[in-house]
Amino acid sequence: MSAPTAQPPGLVHPGLPTPPPPPPRLRSRRLPYLLLLPALAWLAIFFVVPTITLFSTSLQTGSIYEGYALTFSFSNYLDAWSRFWPQMLRSLLYAGAATVLALLIAYPLAYTMAFKAGRWRNVLLILVIAPFFTSFLIRTLAWKTILADNGIVVEVLNALRITDVLSAIGLTTDDRILATPLAVITGLTYNFLPFMILPLYATLERLDVRLIEAASDLYASPFAAFRKITLPLSMPGLVAGTLLTFIPACGDYINAQLLGSMPATAMIGNVIDAQFLRVLAYPTAAALSFTLMVGVVAIVSMYVRRAGTERLL
Amino acid sequence: MSDPISVAGDGALRLVSLYKRFGPVAAVDGIDLTIPSGSFFALLGPSGCGKTTTLRMVAGLEEPTSGRILIGDVDLAGQKPYRRPVNTVFQNYALFPHLDVFQNVAFGLRRRGVRDVAAQVEQMLAMVELSGYEGRRPAQLSGGQQQRVAVARALINNPSVLLLDEPLGALDLKLRRQMQLELKRIQADVGTTFVHVTHDQEEAMTMADTVAVMNSGRIEQLGSPVELYERPRTTFVANFLGQSNLIDGTVESRDGDLAIVAVPGGRLAVHMDRMPDTDQVHVGVRPEKLNLTPADQVSGTASQRNRLAAVVTESRFIGVSTEYAVRTDAGLQLTAFVQNAGRHQPMAPGAEVEVSWDPAHTFALDVRQAADAGLDPAGAAL
Repeated sequence: MSAPTAQPPGLVHPGLPTPPPPPPRLRSRRLPYLLLLPALAWLAIFFVVPTITLFSTSLQTGSIYEGYALTFSFSNYLDAWSRFWPQMLRSLLYAGAATVLALLIAYPLAYTMAFKAGRWRNVLLILVIAPFFTSFLIRTLAWKTILADNGIVVEVLNALRITDVLSAIGLTTDDRILATPLAVITGLTYNFLPFMILPLYATLERLDVRLIEAASDLYASPFAAFRKITLPLSMPGLVAGTLLTFIPACGDYINAQLLGSMPATAMIGNVIDAQFLRVLAYPTAAALSFTLMVGVVAIVSMYVRRAGTERLL
Repeated sequence: MSDPISVAGDGALRLVSLYKRFGPVAAVDGIDLTIPSGSFFALLGPSGCGKTTTLRMVAGLEEPTSGRILIGDVDLAGQKPYRRPVNTVFQNYALFPHLDVFQNVAFGLRRRGVRDVAAQVEQMLAMVELSGYEGRRPAQLSGGQQQRVAVARALINNPSVLLLDEPLGALDLKLRRQMQLELKRIQADVGTTFVHVTHDQEEAMTMADTVAVMNSGRIEQLGSPVELYERPRTTFVANFLGQSNLIDGTVESRDGDLAIVAVPGGRLAVHMDRMPDTDQVHVGVRPEKLNLTPADQVSGTASQRNRLAAVVTESRFIGVSTEYAVRTDAGLQLTAFVQNAGRHQPMAPGAEVEVSWDPAHTFALDVRQAADAGLDPAGAAL
């Protein structure tokens, strides 16, 4: 890439006016690329290269003893899908349920923080972020105590006969919560809740209250004003929050491992973990990882298109 | 879906001893006002005078601390904003950014479950001269166009009263002048009561049939623009609407039609119907009513005019007029605007002049009011 430079003075014809100086914006035109460089290098080394490696691993055959060779065999995929589709489906269901629950908890909270909390706003914000000061693992382990069989939560739910209802729909078994799907979904919801709250709060907080007043002035009841103004205008935050919850929840395996019971509540992350680190079936693990990645990207792009956030603002 | 309550009676908007307190602060401090149906009414005052709070109480966006708000015979107090037969053009318009022009304008009709909104929206957009802009988002419109959408969005609901909260504040001067005339035309076309809140005295006087000047939560004076300008009843109105020369004096006699007030350096005549009851007064006259005659051209004292001898201290050429600052022999500072009508010979600082004006243009105010009420703290005319 060669930039136009000023001609040496000797080449200028004496009869012609001197050529204009080179555009002074040249440096600033290159600047954006320079600024992007660290991030691009990061992405190349830690995303592009591993993705290619992962994809190539997924097409290898062999065994841990003989070594693996790239044979472009798609049989790994068919094999992985046929064996592990229940865990794949379970991951989507658990992550979906956790996302919906997180949204139901986060939206009213973010709304209150943005519009009603007044001077308590910052206190609430700190309370939302505070759990991050403890390790993810410790917080998840704490739920083992909360949901323990002789714990207060189980006792209350049993006393209210709610566990019967939960059992009937397959979320719990035997009047306990720990080691059931409910425990895993609870853990996922809890762990990713802040990622739902914060983007929602950020969009709601920016929302101009006068728009709601204007809706009210134009005969919209509070509910209609919410449905027609507040909700559509908070869609960018809602979409960001659901993605930040759903995507990591899909690949999570800690919650299933600590709060669930294997293999009944195994998610795809647990399978990948086992295939990579214990069974040492790298091609199968890679095929599962790649499937999960492509699947999530497909679901997310469908969702973003349906949500229509690209039309907003 | 909620229908606005219907209006009975003469449709006039009445505010009856309306108060609004925010903690210890009285934002609106007892307002009684009747705005006849079909009028163009302006609430004029400096920021913080309570005019916007008054408007928001009519819209239902604030609840009055006490008092009544009636349209015709119907009391609106306690009614939710979405039940009131009034609509608002908000400051900065508050257009819905995610909806296009058509959806913005149709919003009120759709909330009331009106069918076939398309024809009405088209008609409304034609009236504000925005046909063809239906599919645009507010962000794709200029300030003036957004303003028209805001007016259309409110007016399409055929409100009993249209409230306009500083609707032209965000526009540049030229566009503001144009929109003033435009709003006036629209009001004449639809005949809806317009209540216009502004801090711009020129805007209020250009547009409104009746102006209420507000100060510190109260109405200082109510009347037609001409009445307010020619016969201000308080120093606040005298200073806030245009400029005034105020001269302290003592009433010497009240005789028939005229009162004579002694001021430093002379005696001034004031018509009795423009006199307060007190003996100590501010004598007021508008700068453009003053005549400056070079001292050597003064011809006799026959006519009944108020006269003071003075020296020009400053002259500023404005274009249509020249603004003079003069100091009378007794040390009073006066301002005079003299039309540049060709006949007028510019006078340099230091020139000796006679300042004179017709007693009919003179007014007098109770001296207990501060002479600088309604003046911008910076000293400039508002």
